[in-house]
Amino acid sequence: MKGWQSTRATLIWVALALAICVPIAIAAGSELMAWRGPVYILAGFAGIIALGLVLIQPLLIGGYLPGLSAYRGRRAHHWIGGALALAVVIHVVGLWITSPPDMIDALLFASPTPFSPFGVIAMWAIFTVALLAALRRRLGLRLRNWRIIHIPLAIVIVVGSVAHCLLIEGTMETVSKAALCALVLAATIKVIADLWRKRALRSSSA
Amino acid sequence: MTTVVLNRRNFLAAGGSVLATGVLATGVSGLLLPARAEGLAPTDSMSGGANNYRKGAAIVERIGKGGFWMSGTVRRAGDGAPLAGQRIQIWAHTTEGQEHEPQSHGATLTDKDGKFRLEMPQIIPIFGQPHGHLAYDSGEFKTVFLRPVMRSAKETSLEAHFVLQPA
Repeated sequence: MKGWQSTRATLIWVALALAICVPIAIAAGSELMAWRGPVYILAGFAGIIALGLVLIQPLLIGGYLPGLSAYRGRRAHHWIGGALALAVVIHVVGLWITSPPDMIDALLFASPTPFSPFGVIAMWAIFTVALLAALRRRLGLRLRNWRIIHIPLAIVIVVGSVAHCLLIEGTMETVSKAALCALVLAATIKVIADLWRKRALRSSSA
Repeated sequence: MTTVVLNRRNFLAAGGSVLATGVLATGVSGLLLPARAEGLAPTDSMSGGANNYRKGAAIVERIGKGGFWMSGTVRRAGDGAPLAGQRIQIWAHTTEGQEHEPQSHGATLTDKDGKFRLEMPQIIPIFGQPHGHLAYDSGEFKTVFLRPVMRSAKETSLEAHFVLQPA
């Protein structure tokens, strides 16, 4: 029984590593790389890594990653949230340097590309959550109120990021990109469903 | 079923033209732009079309080493008459340079049928879409910037069509 549990734990971590690293590795082999400058490449990969971080977040907070206590999971969720905001900043600044007019159009919601508004909305949701999380104690936000704010914004981040990513024709390969996006959606739905169930249990036992 | 659809469309088209005629007959624009009454609407600039534009790209035989064809037509708003000798500027992110770099830019002139065709390096996706940029900005007609998108990054040609109105 114990052997199976540790095998299962290893499998979960390996699967997570593969889900994030395989799309990055395939993108790194894209033929488009040959015609991109280093800043553009950095900006693109910051975006791909950000999507990977969006997958880790619900897994951490849902406690689905073996070997992490609830406390450690929350701490990691906190730090990875900060890393996500940083990755988005690198993505946006890098793309701005690569082609200022295209980035300005995107930020002003005046871009011809359908994926841009999804990305910009997700970006603002990420910045909002990061800022509120940093100020949470000072604002005196209790868990209940925090969840009322964070969960809708988390849904905006996930849906926005997935739509943004799927509509882009770039270095990411189609199948590995779709798989990563499907995992992000599945993990988010699972963590929200579990929260819902716990709440229903609590209210029925009270 | 088909006749119903056609009738409805005819009805809408007839209603539209009656309205348009009425507006043009009463409005000053009707006197200034009589050609518009004929129907061919001018092309609007596309959003993002002017991005990474460089003024005064030289007329060239082809941009870089070629291998990709950008083509299209230039016509006059209203009567749709082909416009010969019009200068069209073309630029894109290609295998030989980024959008803003000078070697990615070039210009060509339309022939007597209002058609243009310029060979350029293969366009590759930039900012999430494989697309090109074209500009008419010679002053005689209103400036128009276009940003056509390729259906697939594997395509080796792209078209864009201009309908210009007097400046």
